[in-house]
Amino acid sequence: MTALTESDARDLIAKVLADIAPEVDLDGARPDGQLQEELGLDSMDFLNLMIGIHDETGLTVPERDYPALSTLDGAIAYLAERTA
Amino acid sequence: MDPTVTMDQPSEVWGRARRALDGLPDGRGLNIAHEAVDRHLGTDREHRVAIRWLGVRGAREDLTYGDLAERTSRFANVLQDLGVGAGDPVFALSGRTPLLYVAALGTLKHRAVFSPLFAAFGPEPVRTRLRIGRGRVLVTTEAQYRRKVAGLRGDLPDLEHVLLVDVAADAAPEGTRSLPALLDAARSTYEIGPTDPEDPALLHFTSGTTGTPKGAVHVHEAVVAHHATGRLALDLRDGDVFWCTADPGWVTGTSYGIISPLTHGATLVVDEGEFEAERWYGILRDQAVDVWYTAPTAVRMLMRAGADLAPREDLGRLRFVASVGEPLHAEAVAWGRDALGTPIHDNWWQTETGGIMVANGPGQQIRPGSMGRPLPGVDAAVLALDDHGELRRDGAGELVRCDPDETGELALRAGWPSMFRGYLDQDERYARCFADGWYRSGDLVRQDADGYVWFVGRGDDVIKSAGHLIGPFEVEKVLLEHPAVVEAGVIGVPDPVAGEVVQAFVSLAEGRHPSDELRRELLGHARGRLGPAVAPRTIGFDQDLPKTRSGKIMRRLLRARVLGLDEGDTSTLEVAR
Repeated sequence: MTALTESDARDLIAKVLADIAPEVDLDGARPDGQLQEELGLDSMDFLNLMIGIHDETGLTVPERDYPALSTLDGAIAYLAERTA
Repeated sequence: MDPTVTMDQPSEVWGRARRALDGLPDGRGLNIAHEAVDRHLGTDREHRVAIRWLGVRGAREDLTYGDLAERTSRFANVLQDLGVGAGDPVFALSGRTPLLYVAALGTLKHRAVFSPLFAAFGPEPVRTRLRIGRGRVLVTTEAQYRRKVAGLRGDLPDLEHVLLVDVAADAAPEGTRSLPALLDAARSTYEIGPTDPEDPALLHFTSGTTGTPKGAVHVHEAVVAHHATGRLALDLRDGDVFWCTADPGWVTGTSYGIISPLTHGATLVVDEGEFEAERWYGILRDQAVDVWYTAPTAVRMLMRAGADLAPREDLGRLRFVASVGEPLHAEAVAWGRDALGTPIHDNWWQTETGGIMVANGPGQQIRPGSMGRPLPGVDAAVLALDDHGELRRDGAGELVRCDPDETGELALRAGWPSMFRGYLDQDERYARCFADGWYRSGDLVRQDADGYVWFVGRGDDVIKSAGHLIGPFEVEKVLLEHPAVVEAGVIGVPDPVAGEVVQAFVSLAEGRHPSDELRRELLGHARGRLGPAVAPRTIGFDQDLPKTRSGKIMRRLLRARVLGLDEGDTSTLEVAR
């Protein structure tokens, strides 16, 4: 698996979200706010985000780790760390 | 015959249920808020926790029945001071915060009509419902207001008062007020006025195949069914800790997420957060939940998360688990037994029925995959349909009932307390729901020889996603607003987690061509207007959507085509209602 820098991780999230929730403005979201609330995503969207990340990178995010990805900052840090 | 099945006439069952409630003092009638809150004052329940709120960031707030009585009285006084009258519609659009519950019950105290909206609705569903319901008051958050309502004020002439739950008096944007400030200033006692059991209390919106959403009106007498079915279908008892995962924006989250458990003196767990497997197990364990009411989508997400997250031995308090929204498959029932230590009891009802009607109740054998049997007091029948979806009649003109295991339409003998009393401003649509004194559910079922009812499918094009009904027309209408779209057909397609998800097909205007870019543009447009709960998850392009000769999109054929079903079999089971 290719290592992702924080900037790569952010781009990855943006890319996957573009197919799930194209209306989302990642730049307008508070990076430490709750991702779903900030971006107007529901649980299905979040699940699809995890599936999309898997499809793009091969990385499986176990359910247990979902809380770590509940903010944009958290998700970026998590992806960078898991692919390091 | 199962000995627990009562042979009483429905009227006797409901009469007994009514006598289990107090009624307003001095014979002033029946009011939901009195039964849920005020009647507990002066008993040992007064100091019991009524609502335990769990914030998404770990905060916790307890409201005792005494606290709840005081705050709902303040809210009723706020309405009074604003000049809001009995019968006036009070809407709520908010995440699950303590003030949402205060507003719901305070509205009922004041005899105004409470209408909850789902916080994940986009501006369009919000606008449509506020307009149809002629909402006079809206209780919401600053963010919801800014994103969805502020821009619509000019289009909502009836909306006089916007009360924000999360701003201080000096921070309320123009045209809004701070609810906390109003509550602080309001008197803390309130005497509920005379309430006729037939006075309107709740307005719940639901979706049909065509046209605008329907506002189903429920009355204060509904509390008789909320209370009785809480016991009969959910095994709710005095002092239980109860968690209903449904949002009050949907009927389950009001009937059983607010009213029913409080009438039983239960402690209601309210979780502000969305689904998260580990946290949910933590709530069941740490709050020592006795009775849990959830939905198949949540169950399937828990199953997907794996059993290692579920420390079954920690869930020893859990006595009864029930599910509603769509049929619970047999594997999920069995999974509950293994993972939670108790099987999951499926039950069935609708916005229109106001309360649970058919259930795998406590003390009865579950038939996995079945919605259970009609509750005492509920007279249910499976009515036979002809090839055109019309009810079949015999030579004497009487409705024909199906034989055991034969598929027909589930119908309920009209007259139970929580039956809806109308669709707001749509009398004809309401009348079409009834035939010879039977309420027609629109759900196709079969009933086996032992009385268990099995869901077969919807008789119309309404989509059931994550337990919520979505009207295809509402989605198509928004897609058609986009200049690139000339025709749209919206259907539900099977999904392993949500049951069904919304899928849209559009025909493009001349000069527009399918592309991923356009697909994203349309998806973004639909989500921005409708919100994630209603918008399609996927959009396909189709310049040849199946249509009738009059040009109406034939969603059934579209669905058959997409799913590779035999198109010839799909039209016969449509319910003509």
